[in-house]
Amino acid sequence: MGIAQSSHLKHLESESIHIIREVVAEFSNPVMLYSIGKDSAVMLHLALKAFAPSKLPFPVLHVDTTWKFKEMIAFRDYMAKKHNLDLIVHTNQEGKAQNINPFEHGSSTYTHVMKTEALKQALDLGGYDAAFGGARRDEEKSRAKERVFSFRTKTHGWDPKNQRPELWQLYNARVAPGESIRAFPLSNWTELDIWQYILAEKIEVPSLYLAQRRKVVERSGTLLMVDDNRLPLLPGEVPQEKMVRFRTLGCYPLTGAVESSATTLEEVVGEMLVARSSERQGRLIDHDSAASMEKKKREGYF
Amino acid sequence: MNKPLEASATQLIENYVAAQENKQLLRFITCGSVDDGKSTLIGRLLYDSKLIFEDQLASLESDSKRFGTVGEDIDLALLVDGLEAEREQGITIDVAYRFFASDKRRFIVADTPGHEQYTRNMATGASTADLAVLLVDARKGILTQTRRHAFIASLLGVRHLVLALNKFDLVDYDRKIFEEIKQEFAALAASHDFESAQVVPVSARFGDNVTQRSNNMDWYDGPTLLQHLETVEIKLSDESHENFRFPVQWVNRPDLDFRGFSGTVSGGRIAPGDEIVVAKSGQTSRVKRLTTMDGDLVEASKGDAITIVLEDEIDISRGDLLASVKSRPEVSDQLAAHLIWMSETPLYAGRTYLLKCGTQTVSATVTEIKHRVDVNSAQHLAGKSVGLNEIAFCNLSLSQEIAFDPYEVNRHTGSFILIDRLSNATVAAGLVWFGLRRANNIHRQQLTVSKQERASQKGQKPCVLWFTGLSGSGKSTIANALDKELLRLGAHATLLDGDNLRHGLNKDLGFNEADRIENIRRVGELSKLMVDTGLITLVSFISPFASERKLARERVEEGEFIEIYVNTSLDICAKRDPKGLYAKAKAGEIENFTGISSPYEVPETPELTLDTEQQSIEENVAQIIAYLREHQFIW
Repeated sequence: MGIAQSSHLKHLESESIHIIREVVAEFSNPVMLYSIGKDSAVMLHLALKAFAPSKLPFPVLHVDTTWKFKEMIAFRDYMAKKHNLDLIVHTNQEGKAQNINPFEHGSSTYTHVMKTEALKQALDLGGYDAAFGGARRDEEKSRAKERVFSFRTKTHGWDPKNQRPELWQLYNARVAPGESIRAFPLSNWTELDIWQYILAEKIEVPSLYLAQRRKVVERSGTLLMVDDNRLPLLPGEVPQEKMVRFRTLGCYPLTGAVESSATTLEEVVGEMLVARSSERQGRLIDHDSAASMEKKKREGYF
Repeated sequence: MNKPLEASATQLIENYVAAQENKQLLRFITCGSVDDGKSTLIGRLLYDSKLIFEDQLASLESDSKRFGTVGEDIDLALLVDGLEAEREQGITIDVAYRFFASDKRRFIVADTPGHEQYTRNMATGASTADLAVLLVDARKGILTQTRRHAFIASLLGVRHLVLALNKFDLVDYDRKIFEEIKQEFAALAASHDFESAQVVPVSARFGDNVTQRSNNMDWYDGPTLLQHLETVEIKLSDESHENFRFPVQWVNRPDLDFRGFSGTVSGGRIAPGDEIVVAKSGQTSRVKRLTTMDGDLVEASKGDAITIVLEDEIDISRGDLLASVKSRPEVSDQLAAHLIWMSETPLYAGRTYLLKCGTQTVSATVTEIKHRVDVNSAQHLAGKSVGLNEIAFCNLSLSQEIAFDPYEVNRHTGSFILIDRLSNATVAAGLVWFGLRRANNIHRQQLTVSKQERASQKGQKPCVLWFTGLSGSGKSTIANALDKELLRLGAHATLLDGDNLRHGLNKDLGFNEADRIENIRRVGELSKLMVDTGLITLVSFISPFASERKLARERVEEGEFIEIYVNTSLDICAKRDPKGLYAKAKAGEIENFTGISSPYEVPETPELTLDTEQQSIEENVAQIIAYLREHQFIW
């Protein structure tokens, strides 16, 4: 593969490593949110680089909603073993006991209970004062205004009107007991940068990103994968095999597939270069209400 | 696998990467007043550079119907106004970062709001920008805020200025208006030190002269806005002439065989074999290796995140600045700097904050507000306080020396932020002008006899016993009794009394905030000298504010400061009133009297608390002696 790292990627890489090191140097108990997707893969890779030859000096946390693609869970465990990660998996047991799911409770309630609430529980449980997230400013409008060090109150709330100014490369890392920050080392990356970097650095990602014949149903214009028999089929729906891949990975009932013939990462990026549809379209949660992401973030969503 | 397809995909990416590789990055900010059409302009740049995807366009159409301010048309501003509050108010309230590229360059735009109360956001955007686009409504021309934006851009080291004269459709594309404003702008730009200043007449809404040349302004022969952004010459700082600077972020020590210093090069370049100096300690060594996860580097330059291994085992930790031996940074505990005030609580001289410069964090007191700067006219103004969004030139005194460069020499080693110690808010951005000469030219003289040697001769470990409490709480009485007991035990002690010092060393000081802080600084320094002499130093001092006691604590080494809270209630103190002061204060004859007209902050975690109401002086003294024995100050 003849894809070298461009000076642009090197600049982004250095900036991210600087941010990751700054968090570790300034906070007493950081944790890295690991969502298994491509952004998490890049963030983990950068963190390994930041501290080599030392081991990763913090644990990696996965919030398991129990509705992730099976392959994601297998990939997560494989990566944890490969890099000797201190992996913490957390599920909202209350939500699980009540069988909160995206079908009966709607994506909004489901996301709130199994993602937002679960995340807050896990962060409280670990007493973390800093949590790394893989969000990028190009993803969505409210993200574009998020700081690199995003301050959260004791209840994990985010106040968009009261953010700390960030000048130069100086990050204010002071928090009172119980308060925390979310740190976003990939803030200045775009989706294309992420893919280019994955290619240049030969970073492993789940094969869900590559096109394969998969069993899907079409529901309100979105292709949903039938990952297991928990997906209730509506009258008239018949799963069919299609060549599809995913642009983002999340909970399978909320993640739309796109039809594609790209079976290698090079081809995926090739398709990206001529893409006419932005990444978050595959995420159903953004469509629920206007400014939904901002609302979720104020409540503590990543 | 489909081999031919893969080959062509690889080709596509390689071509893409090659094309990107030649693109220079331009970081710029846009600033304008409310309603100048700034968000529309950026929306236009994104829209015309085809960075709007179909699904975004669909949601833009539905948003336009709901929030739009341009009737039936698509409102391009909604592409960039992200937060709900902004959409409702129709204004941009925070800094947003946008990414786009043309065939020639990549761009990062910091979209910063223009109205007065958000000057701090503009400074944030400008801190990393090479160029500033000032947006002006052609109907209104250059306003006070345009002057403010030019001044802030200039102060923060932005080298290039563009005036985008927007809404030219609303002045019938009139050339005369353009010529008038152009002249005025030339004068404005000339009053600052910019490398280039360009005026472009545009209509963001209709796209005239943004990315497409306008058919409505044949008389205009300059570049479109995008053409100018693509071609303006950005001088890359000449790294070979720049001095090597490396703030140590983190010491990398996985095992006894490896000790590396991780950080980001913030100036110049470095290679194995180069000699470096640790700025503050003056120790030197040579670079042995530059390590990364993917192998060693032969060279690293500004912006690279690396790990340095040195030839020698010298003492280095986070906060140290490594530099080239030939051109060392300044090292001082006194600075003169511009402060951009970002807090609603105003700045007064004498206040103490945390100062973060690179990876160094120290406490800093603003000792003097030299002048405020009128951001609209760049004139100096007198002032005792600095409010939100004001800029002032100040002297700062730091608890420890730091290593730095002037801001105009290096944006990274010459910048700092001030952090409020209680709220943890970032209250100011600072730009170092220079180190003050006092500390600059007075190099520390290494003393031959150490503190430890002096102390061991006396058979004790020196420390400060800091008695704090209300007036009349019994501080001086207990301190005197303790002094006597220590003498009887054969220990070497001395007693500094706040009231007595005001008759001598501190007799030039009054009771306003600045003088009170200077008073405590002197007492802190004096007790440090006593500790250096090996003495157990008793200080009896009301010291009502936690921040002031912290200042004194930071003067000596960790473990040497023992805060003793003499806990006597206000009622009892007022009843005792040994000096008749409470009676006077209550009669209004004494201003700022602690406990009556000025607060006393009870110590949160003193090393010792003495109960004077239930216990006798002898018991209080015994409690302190027991503490000193237990912690082996005396034995």
